Amino acid sequence: MAKNITLPLERETIKDLRAGDRVHLSGTVYTARDAAHKRMFETIEQGGDLPIDIQGQVIYYVGPTPAKPGQVIGSAGPTTSGRMDKYTPKLLEMGLKGMIGKGYRNEEVKQAIIEQEAVYFAAVGGSAALISKAIKEVEVIAYADLATEAIRKMTIEHFPAIVIHDIYGGDQYEAGVKQFRE
Amino acid sequence: MRIIQYNDIVEQVSILCQEANVELGEDVMNAFQQALQTEKSETGRVVIEQLMENAEVAVKEYMPMCQDTGTAVFIVEMGQECLIAGGTLTDAINEGVREGYEAGHLRHSIVKDPLGRKNTGDNTPAIVHIEYVAGDSLTLHMTAKGGGAENMSDLKMLKPSDGLEGIKQYILDVVKVAGPNACPPLVVGIGIGGNFERCAYLAKKSLFRPIGERHREAEVADLEEDLMAEINRLGIGPQGMGGSTTALDVKIEVEACHIASLPVAVNLNCHASRHKQVVL
Ligand code: SF4
Repeated sequence: MAKNITLPLERETIKDLRAGDRVHLSGTVYTARDAAHKRMFETIEQGGDLPIDIQGQVIYYVGPTPAKPGQVIGSAGPTTSGRMDKYTPKLLEMGLKGMIGKGYRNEEVKQAIIEQEAVYFAAVGGSAALISKAIKEVEVIAYADLATEAIRKMTIEHFPAIVIHDIYGGDQYEAGVKQFRE
Repeated sequence: MRIIQYNDIVEQVSILCQEANVELGEDVMNAFQQALQTEKSETGRVVIEQLMENAEVAVKEYMPMCQDTGTAVFIVEMGQECLIAGGTLTDAINEGVREGYEAGHLRHSIVKDPLGRKNTGDNTPAIVHIEYVAGDSLTLHMTAKGGGAENMSDLKMLKPSDGLEGIKQYILDVVKVAGPNACPPLVVGIGIGGNFERCAYLAKKSLFRPIGERHREAEVADLEEDLMAEINRLGIGPQGMGGSTTALDVKIEVEACHIASLPVAVNLNCHASRHKQVVL
């Protein structure tokens, strides 16, 4: 059974999540992938303000396909999170509480997730048409010139995901392999 | 000589790009169905069910199954007795990709320059491999190859003394390192032999063979099955969350090589194994 989780994440909710939990996420997320992360990071380094207040928020790593006429969004599955590792500890330090993507995180990110009390969810890579059905509203709010890589604000409903890293150091990728390796 | 019109190629390529990205092949669907019976992890089964549902939604809404609509890769079998009128084959393919990715609302995922990283805006250039064959027909095999699985692919020049055991160990290592990043369940494409660049091509080419179809030579077919069993004992499972379905299939192509060399290439493909072909 999947747990229903409301976004942005409350501290109590984060404490309840454990690696391996199947969840349905509902609420607000912001999208950003490689180019948007790079630009946000450069802005921070130059002492500027981010185009979104990431305090308490969740970022979804996605670069959707263009919407067809009448669609809210095109196909919108997760991209590989590891490419964002370089920028993630800084964002967590600034108050980011959750990330949705797919694939491994590096040691620094795992450590920062524990220290900053955040959570990393994986969505099912390649289930992008199905996931688009869980996205109800979309608004480009920054870096529109980056096209598919722009920052979007999304309202999602019952978005299926799995907890990979929790605040207790739980790691579903490691635990899963250990359990099923023969 | 048979004349094939440039515009006919453009039109067919455009259709291939759109269909490949939306309609998951029956071979993959059958493999999902089978995996659902054998997968030991409950989460693994949930993932596979989600992928099957995704394939249905994609066709129903006629939208891409994955947001990464890939690099358009073509293997062309060009009959020696055909001529293309109105332009070059490569131009026709690129024009078809441009049209297909626009008309199909597919994502543009190609940057012009690997360092500057500016998007070309139309998903070209495609990657085109041409093989000359007897006859007067032109066969276009197309795949939309996602970046996630491509990024976890690898090539190694082994020593001949490494032998079969060395080859197997290397392949298992590549799959292990890839873990969840390549979107398992995977199709593992392997090239053995040739030289440095040929070996990578063989691995890519092997992925064009439908899931479930074994290599024509018994010895290679056995190796495919062996590796498949070993990969599925690694425990990585659907999306790397743990489970018994890490690979849906293993494909191997083998070719002659230098007396001093044993090149092995592993080209990983995700479950969104998108292949279509057309004969002109
Ligand atoms: S690896 Fe394949 S399924 Fe996963 S996001 Fe890339 S194209 Fe899609």
